[in-house]
Amino acid sequence: MPADWAIPQPWTVRAVEKETPDTFTLTLAPPDGHLSRFEPGQFSMMWVFGVGELPISISGDADAGGHTYTVRSVGLATKALVSRQPGESLGIRGPYGTPWPVETARGRDVVVVAGGIGLAPLRPAIYHVLRNRDQYRRLVILYGARSPRDILFRKELASWAKQKDTQVLSTVDYGGVSWHGRVGVVTTLLKYVRLQPAETTAMVCGPEIMMRFVARELVARGLAAENLYVSMERHMKCAVGLCGRCQWGGNFICKDGPVFPFAKIGGLLDRYEL
Amino acid sequence: MEKQTLERVIVEHPFFADLESYYISLLVSCASNVRFEPGKYILREGEEANEFYLIRAGRVAIEIHPPQRKPIVVDTLGEGDILGWSWLLPPYTWRFGARAMDATRAIALDAKCLRTKCEQNHDLGYELLKRFSQSINRRLDATRLQLLDVYAAD
Repeated sequence: MPADWAIPQPWTVRAVEKETPDTFTLTLAPPDGHLSRFEPGQFSMMWVFGVGELPISISGDADAGGHTYTVRSVGLATKALVSRQPGESLGIRGPYGTPWPVETARGRDVVVVAGGIGLAPLRPAIYHVLRNRDQYRRLVILYGARSPRDILFRKELASWAKQKDTQVLSTVDYGGVSWHGRVGVVTTLLKYVRLQPAETTAMVCGPEIMMRFVARELVARGLAAENLYVSMERHMKCAVGLCGRCQWGGNFICKDGPVFPFAKIGGLLDRYEL
Repeated sequence: MEKQTLERVIVEHPFFADLESYYISLLVSCASNVRFEPGKYILREGEEANEFYLIRAGRVAIEIHPPQRKPIVVDTLGEGDILGWSWLLPPYTWRFGARAMDATRAIALDAKCLRTKCEQNHDLGYELLKRFSQSINRRLDATRLQLLDVYAAD
């Protein structure tokens, strides 16, 4: 581990894009101009000086060095993050954590199930599959949001749906009177997918309860636990497995995750009050 | 639609997967092919529940009608789903409305015909109840998850 692992580097905000009323995507540039490599699913620690530090998943295209971060403003630190203006600085450490299994999924169907802001950590994996389209079989993207106005990356969802061998289905929990799309939780979309369990790798990200329901449904449909991956989120401090802040059972989410094979942690998702 | 075609469509619908052919032949005698244009109501809350539907294609909105407001869509159904179980239980009236969102094709099963056959043949009735129970259970699970409002900010 490098000696300066705990020292955030000042990156510059290049752009801030509003995705939904409370969610923004920040594009950052490093101080020396050299973008560090990251893998789909990894996160960085983002520091707003004087406010606090947070783990935020990278939502950009890893093959293009896209250091973008999609942040939902829900508290003091996230509000400070999304309030940065182009030209201002943020502290960045990372990238950290385990990636989505885009290598082991080669030659297989890829099923991506995202809920809410959970689409952001999965977007780099989607970019990777689409960039290397011939190396994968079908790509299925299932997305659930709270309401129509909370749908992330709306234009990209529409453009992904036009790609070869790609099925995109989205739904909202509450539709309102002017919504003409699907209404219902994300698990209900699975019945519209012709799943070939033995040939499928599934990647799931969203609130823990949603992931538990999705995992239960996928396993019930014959998917082996070792072919199912989930991305966990907890409060973190050091991000390198030293402080124990993000300990979850016998795992540190920062170091052993955030992406876990379901076969390793499935029981933990069912454990009360963990 | 000819009887043989109806039978094939019913056999291929996921709701009746692996159902014995004897029961299928009983169902076919209560079945008919139906189509609904986009925006057309398939059933309305409070009306008699005289059939249920196997959706073959299209999307259907399940709605509640608040007074003096437009209907609220609480769920949507599509290919492979079933629509309607109020025909199973007294007072046999629809508890929600259902409207075709797209051009929708379905098989309608006459409820009075089915109820009569289930009373005459309890094995058929039990088989149908098991399948409807699974469907109701899945919808109840989904509704509970929906109620949790899991994407709300903490």
